[in-house]
Amino acid sequence: MIRYLRLLGQSALGFLESLGRASMMWGLAIWGLPKRGDFSILVKQIYHIGVLSLVIIGLSAFSIGAVIALQFYTQLFRFGAQDTVGLGLALVLLRELGPVVTALLFAGRAGSAITAEISLMKTTDQLAAMEMMGIDPLQRVVAPRLWAGLLCLPMLTAVFNVVAIWGGSIVAVDWLGADRESYWALMKDGVLLWDDLVLGMTKSVVFAIVVTWIAVFQGYNSEPTAEGIGLATTRTVVVSSVAVLALDFLMTLVMYGDFQ
Amino acid sequence: MRIRMIEITVGAFMLAGILALAFLAIRVSGVNLDRSDDVYRVTAVFDDVAGLRVRAKVSMSGVTLGRVSAIEIDTEFGEALVTMELNSSAGEISNDAGAQILTEGILGARYVGLVPGGSDEPFVDGDVIDSSNTQGALVIEKLVGDLVTRLGA
Repeated sequence: MIRYLRLLGQSALGFLESLGRASMMWGLAIWGLPKRGDFSILVKQIYHIGVLSLVIIGLSAFSIGAVIALQFYTQLFRFGAQDTVGLGLALVLLRELGPVVTALLFAGRAGSAITAEISLMKTTDQLAAMEMMGIDPLQRVVAPRLWAGLLCLPMLTAVFNVVAIWGGSIVAVDWLGADRESYWALMKDGVLLWDDLVLGMTKSVVFAIVVTWIAVFQGYNSEPTAEGIGLATTRTVVVSSVAVLALDFLMTLVMYGDFQ
Repeated sequence: MRIRMIEITVGAFMLAGILALAFLAIRVSGVNLDRSDDVYRVTAVFDDVAGLRVRAKVSMSGVTLGRVSAIEIDTEFGEALVTMELNSSAGEISNDAGAQILTEGILGARYVGLVPGGSDEPFVDGDVIDSSNTQGALVIEKLVGDLVTRLGA
C-alpha cells in the first residue's frame, strides 16, 4: 500500500519537476530572441518550419476541403440546401478543423524535426560545446525555434483554411454544380469575424505555443543516446497530438459552450 | 545566394499568410469596412420571441435591412423587447411599420420581418414598435394545445 502511494507521489513529483523545468526553459528562451544579430537564424528556422511545411499543409487542406464539401453536398442535396455547403465548410474549418489538423500536421512535420535536431545536438555534445564557448544554447538554439513555430503555425492555419475553402468550392461549385454566388454569399452572411475567425486563430496560437514548447523540451531533455533521440521524437508527436486534441476540446467548451 | 533564396521564400510565406488572413476576414467572414456607425436602433415589443437569437436577420420584403442586436425581457408586462440595428443605407422606413417573427423555410432560423407602413414619417433612432403592431413567433406546441382544447370542448 505504502509502496503504491510512494510510486504515485514519485510520478507526480517527477511530472511536476519536468513541468517546472520545461516552464523555466520556455520562459528563459522566449525572452532570448530580441537581439539584432539573431535575425538571420530566425529566418532560417521559419524557412525550415514554415515554408517547407507548406506542401503538406496545402495538399491536406485541399483534400480535406474537397472531401467535406462532397459529403456535405450529397447530404444537403436531399433537403435542397446544397448552397449552404460553403457556409458549413467555412464554419467547420475556421472553428475546428483548420487549427486542429494544421497543428497535428505541424507536430508531425516540424515538431518531430525540431526534437530530433536538438536531441542530436545534445547527443553529440554540441550544446555543451556552445556553453563552453560562452554561447547560451537557449538563446541560440531554442529561442529561434520557439519564435519561428509561434509565427508559422497561425500563418499555416490561415493558408490551410483558404486552400480548403477553395478546394471545397472546386468540388461543390465547379464539379457538383452548387450556385457560385450563394456559396460565397451564404458563407459571408453566416461567418462572423470575432466568433469564428478570431477565436479560431486564437486556438491556433495556443497550439503553436504548446506544440513548439513540447518539441523543444523533448529535444532538450532527451537521453543522449541513439535510442533517446528516437524516443524523444516519438514522444513529441504523441504528446503534442494528445495535448492539441484535449486543449481543443477545452477551448471549444469555453469559447462556444454557452448554450442558451 | 542560398541565404537570399531562403529570405525571399520566407518573405513570400509571411506575405501569403497575411494575405490568407485578409482573405478570410474579407471574403469569408464578410467584414464590411465602410459600414461603421451608420445604423439606427429600433425596438419592437413582442409577446413571444421563441427561437429568435441575437444577430438574427431583420428584413422587409425579403431584403435584409439589419440585425437583431439585443433581446431583453420587460418583466413588468412579460413582453420581449427586441432591439434591432437597421442600416441607414437601406433608406427610410415609415415609422408605423409592423414587425413579425418569421421562420426561414421549415427548419430555418427565426428572423424579424418588417411589414411596410403608410406613414410619411421615417423611423428615427430609439423608436419603439409597440405590441399592437407586432406578431410574435408561432409556437407549434401552443397551437397544438389550442387545437386539442378546442376539439375537446
